[in-house]
Amino acid sequence: MSETITISPVTRIEGHAKITIHLNSSGEVEDARFHVNEFRGFEKFCEGRLVWEMPGITSRICGICPASHFITSAKAGDDILSIGIPETAEKLRRLMTLAQWVQSHALSFFHLSSPDFLLGFDAHPAKRNIFGLLEFDKEFARRGIRLRKFGQEIIEMLGGRRIHVPWAVAGGVRQPLEEIEKNQILSWYPEVKETAKLALDTLKTIHIKFQREIPSFGNFHSLFVGLVGENGALEYYDGNLRIMDSAGNIIADKLDPKKYFNYFGEATESWTYLKFPFYKPLGYPKGFYRVGPLARVNICDFIETPLAEQERKLFKTLAGSSEAVNNSFYYHYARLIELLFAIEKIEELMHDPGILGKHVRAKAEINSLEGVGASEAPRGTLFHHYWVDENGVLKKSNLLIATAQNNIAMNRTVRQIAMQFIERKKITEGILNRIEAGIRCFDPCLSCSTHAMGKMPLEILLIDENNNIIERKLR
Amino acid sequence: MAVKTFTIDGQQFSAQEGETILQVAREHNIPIPTLCFLEGLSEVGACRLCLIQVEGNNKLLPACTTKVEEGMVVHTNTEKLKKYRRMTIALLASEGNHVCAVCVVNNHCELQNLAYEVGLVRVRYPYLFPKKELDATHKRFVIDHNRCVLCTRCVRVCDEVEGAHVWDVAGRGIDCKIVTGLDEPWGDAETCTSCGKCVLVCPTGTLFEKGVTVAEMEKQQDFLKFLVNARKKREWVYEE
Ligand code: SF4
Ligand code: SF4
Ligand code: FES
Repeated sequence: MSETITISPVTRIEGHAKITIHLNSSGEVEDARFHVNEFRGFEKFCEGRLVWEMPGITSRICGICPASHFITSAKAGDDILSIGIPETAEKLRRLMTLAQWVQSHALSFFHLSSPDFLLGFDAHPAKRNIFGLLEFDKEFARRGIRLRKFGQEIIEMLGGRRIHVPWAVAGGVRQPLEEIEKNQILSWYPEVKETAKLALDTLKTIHIKFQREIPSFGNFHSLFVGLVGENGALEYYDGNLRIMDSAGNIIADKLDPKKYFNYFGEATESWTYLKFPFYKPLGYPKGFYRVGPLARVNICDFIETPLAEQERKLFKTLAGSSEAVNNSFYYHYARLIELLFAIEKIEELMHDPGILGKHVRAKAEINSLEGVGASEAPRGTLFHHYWVDENGVLKKSNLLIATAQNNIAMNRTVRQIAMQFIERKKITEGILNRIEAGIRCFDPCLSCSTHAMGKMPLEILLIDENNNIIERKLR
Repeated sequence: MAVKTFTIDGQQFSAQEGETILQVAREHNIPIPTLCFLEGLSEVGACRLCLIQVEGNNKLLPACTTKVEEGMVVHTNTEKLKKYRRMTIALLASEGNHVCAVCVVNNHCELQNLAYEVGLVRVRYPYLFPKKELDATHKRFVIDHNRCVLCTRCVRVCDEVEGAHVWDVAGRGIDCKIVTGLDEPWGDAETCTSCGKCVLVCPTGTLFEKGVTVAEMEKQQDFLKFLVNARKKREWVYEE
């Protein structure tokens, strides 16, 4: 360290991802920071509200994965009511979670990432979006749009055709699934399965094309955290926490997600209000971890559905024998494996007679003053933790979202790219593009990162050793 | 009883002495928005949404409490009235904490419907964001003061129909609020019979059933007509 750099929180430009790159006295990149939005305000807003309202309130946190929030919130509610939910309700919640995965993963790949991959980073920014993709390969883009629609359709169908309806509630869900809706879902097959396979095939050609870039796209060691099923299978709704290190060793297993606060601490840094979660036994920053598709596919022993399991085995060969896949670029690969899994699993659920049951909601009073819900949102493990009074009014809440847990990893990725590509104190368009692509691996749920209409709005500041801004790039 | 003849919006009508303009208007499908008024309860003229103009009188009058008079010339839909109605709803919205998107009665709310009806697109007044409480001490029901428009329907139904008089209005001006019992938690109000009538007549998401989630509470109010009919006319018919 040449000098301690303290940056007073520079004003954020609404909807822009802010990145600061710090140079040392010889003009080399010493550090780079990705400034993520602050979510704490929401927790304050929830205080004084009823636990039954929480799924509806928290589903507003995120426009991309509202279902993950209302399901996790409902699970925290189940915990406070201390009840087991009806069997059908659990199956339906699983269906909803998978639909959320399909919708979100399809968006990430087809709408946001593949235009860069297929049209090239140097293509005109106005073209690097789903519309440019439509011109470039109409069939491919249309299939992607339809695949996302499949996920959205299930979400809306279950929610009674209303956007943002908190359909999951403490004790179960609001409405059962109708036979006719089930058939409607099934009518999307085999198209959606084919599209998921097409996406995987396309990504593999990209792996070859970007062989030179991939090694510096967030390639580092870290822990991987996520839920796995009782039997070690890839999990999305329930299960226990497993923690794996970069060498592929399971260093903790079968941890109760309801006790997440025992395993994870939150560190603070002077330059941001955002917390940095880490695995307690290893301390900060050594215990930093990654969540989301890459973590989940790494930590599970197998995937329950045949096609996705085949792909998982191929995925595993990317790293040495038993090692974990450490390169963040392969988030894309893991995401598409999960997409395929979700599609296969939804089909399986549709053939389960239990899915059409009519008893979907259990009622109870407040039986516990504290409750935790955990599930796997598209971007990683999501925790909702509520403390209530005896009437069910929230006294406090803690929401641990996936993007916050990937915070350190995203910072490392940006730093790695900056170190590799910044020369002579200049920020070029190519660097902007690479940084954007680096962040996209994690598919963070920031409004800036999900602009489907083109490049990510970025604000990049180059800061010298005396803490002076020597260049500011905005787009 | 004498019959009175008058005009509403240029049309001639006649009605019995003692009838209100609102009654006549409703009978003839002339739309006048109302909020505190509810058929079956006494009229209090509290919300001022049903304002009308009567020629020769420079004050605006509430239709729900103004009685018909011989030769009266009434207007229900002038630009001035439309403006006042929008203002009234906007003031109600800015005085409370209305976040429809996460409200239990979202899409089934009388206040929301009125806002559409009067064409309110934007609230120009600064929101007050008052600090208000939520009382969940009752076993079955909840009151969230953030959404209360002080229409006093709950007060009246509890007093006039249920006969329990649990509710009252306390405080003045901006501190005005409805209270249970002697301003004690609802759960401690011993006179409450837990009949739920107040919850059903409440036009907003202020009173609701415990356990419902966002947009889930729908209020059925036809019970009121049935009860009033049964009492007044001794007729036990369920009118559609
Ligand atoms: S009571 Fe009506 S207007 Fe108020 S927040 Fe609820 S839905 Fe909106
Ligand atoms: S609680 Fe409901 S019925 Fe009672 S005064 Fe408030 S808005 Fe009106
Ligand atoms: S309805 Fe007439 S004043 Fe409220």
